[in-house]
Amino acid sequence: MSDLLRNIIRFAVFILVQVYILNKMPHLHRFITPYIYFLFILWLPFSISRFGLLVIGFVTGLTLDYFTMTPGLHAAACTLIAYVRPFVINVLTPKDSAEFNYREPSPKAMQWTPYSVYVFVLTLLHHGYMVFLEWLDVGNFLDFIIKVIATTGISLLLIFMVELLFPRQLKFRTNTA
Amino acid sequence: MRNVLLFIRRYRTFFAFLILQGVALWFLFNYNRFHRAKFLGVANEVTGIINSQYNKVEDYFTLREENKRVNRLNDSLLNLLPSHYGRRDTSVLAVQDSVPYDTLDHYRRYFSRPATVVYNTVNSQKNYIQLNRGANQGIKDNMAVLGSDGSAVGVVVNVSPNFSQAMSLLHVQHKVNASLKKSGNFGTVEWDGKDPRYLTLRGIPQSAAVDKGDTVLTSTYSFNFPPGHMVGFIDEVIKDKSTNFYVLKIRTAANFFNLQQVHIIENVERDEQWKLMQETKNKIEQGKKAPK
Repeated sequence: MSDLLRNIIRFAVFILVQVYILNKMPHLHRFITPYIYFLFILWLPFSISRFGLLVIGFVTGLTLDYFTMTPGLHAAACTLIAYVRPFVINVLTPKDSAEFNYREPSPKAMQWTPYSVYVFVLTLLHHGYMVFLEWLDVGNFLDFIIKVIATTGISLLLIFMVELLFPRQLKFRTNTA
Repeated sequence: MRNVLLFIRRYRTFFAFLILQGVALWFLFNYNRFHRAKFLGVANEVTGIINSQYNKVEDYFTLREENKRVNRLNDSLLNLLPSHYGRRDTSVLAVQDSVPYDTLDHYRRYFSRPATVVYNTVNSQKNYIQLNRGANQGIKDNMAVLGSDGSAVGVVVNVSPNFSQAMSLLHVQHKVNASLKKSGNFGTVEWDGKDPRYLTLRGIPQSAAVDKGDTVLTSTYSFNFPPGHMVGFIDEVIKDKSTNFYVLKIRTAANFFNLQQVHIIENVERDEQWKLMQETKNKIEQGKKAPK
């Protein structure tokens, strides 16, 4: 299965899961909506160009926006994490590692700790920015912090569950490919 | 140009990010009712602040016109002032054929014209104010000059076709008849030529009640000034030991440092009053000379 096809399927699955399961689910609490769709952006291949990443992020967010009837909200947050992603990866992966051979970020490719930090940072950014845009005002700062942290926690839980339940069969990046 | 293009090319990811963020935020603020309201609220706030600041600046440019407008309006109001009118007592008019009647017909005693100060000094002993109206506009000697707030400023002493020169209250030879608002005692206001903020009022007997802060008005006895216009406030009460009169230091009501718009007040009957006074003087003096 080619990267392109694989990612198109993933995109559809993530958006559908997000829209028809996680958003339909009764809210756990007024603060908490679980989000997972942006894992699609986190899972995009290393090799993708930064510009392409931005466009894909924007389109992903916008697609979700059209389902949730909030144009621009998720698009802005996704564009942000798509922009930040390469920097975080650069910081977290060893520069001259020979074993840096996998196609896309995963616990196997990056080790568990760097991968967790990578997921945590981007999730926090995504939720922080989104909640800020949603409320457009930090308002009660405690509420804001609680909402961001709670949503981030739930999302991280979901992401790690996904990682454990559906281990991806990762191919090595080869010179011939 | 080439450098700019290189710069854009070098940071194209960042610019792409900014553009996409911009588009996303544009969507957000354009298509979401809540966000739109919020954004417009903030935008209103900001533009409101900027507008009010701009307005403050703009006001300065229209200030001159505004001053003139206000002065014209004040002038028309001054012309309506009841104290500028008198009432002729016709009840004792001995006219054979007509029924003696008491009329409520008011006649005009003072007439006001707006004017602008074109030259003014306060730092000499003899200060004059030049005004932009002269004989062609009906200005004559001995007309009173009031400031824009109606306070006494001076008296016209010389007239050219289009300008007139007024002797300011700040002139050592200028004497104005004035009275205290509280008791009605009258005296003479003059200037000692030292501090342009203060005048001196003499001739108030020490029997009159005088306090610091009392208002001094132009008196009804003045030929030039209409009665009841502010001259100043008593600032210091000095008892003159050698005479029975007070020497009162008066803070001027008019601000002579920034005179701009003034009113020139004409006493319509001044000629008649003045003539009567001179004739009386002549008559009495001739009467003295005439052998009995």
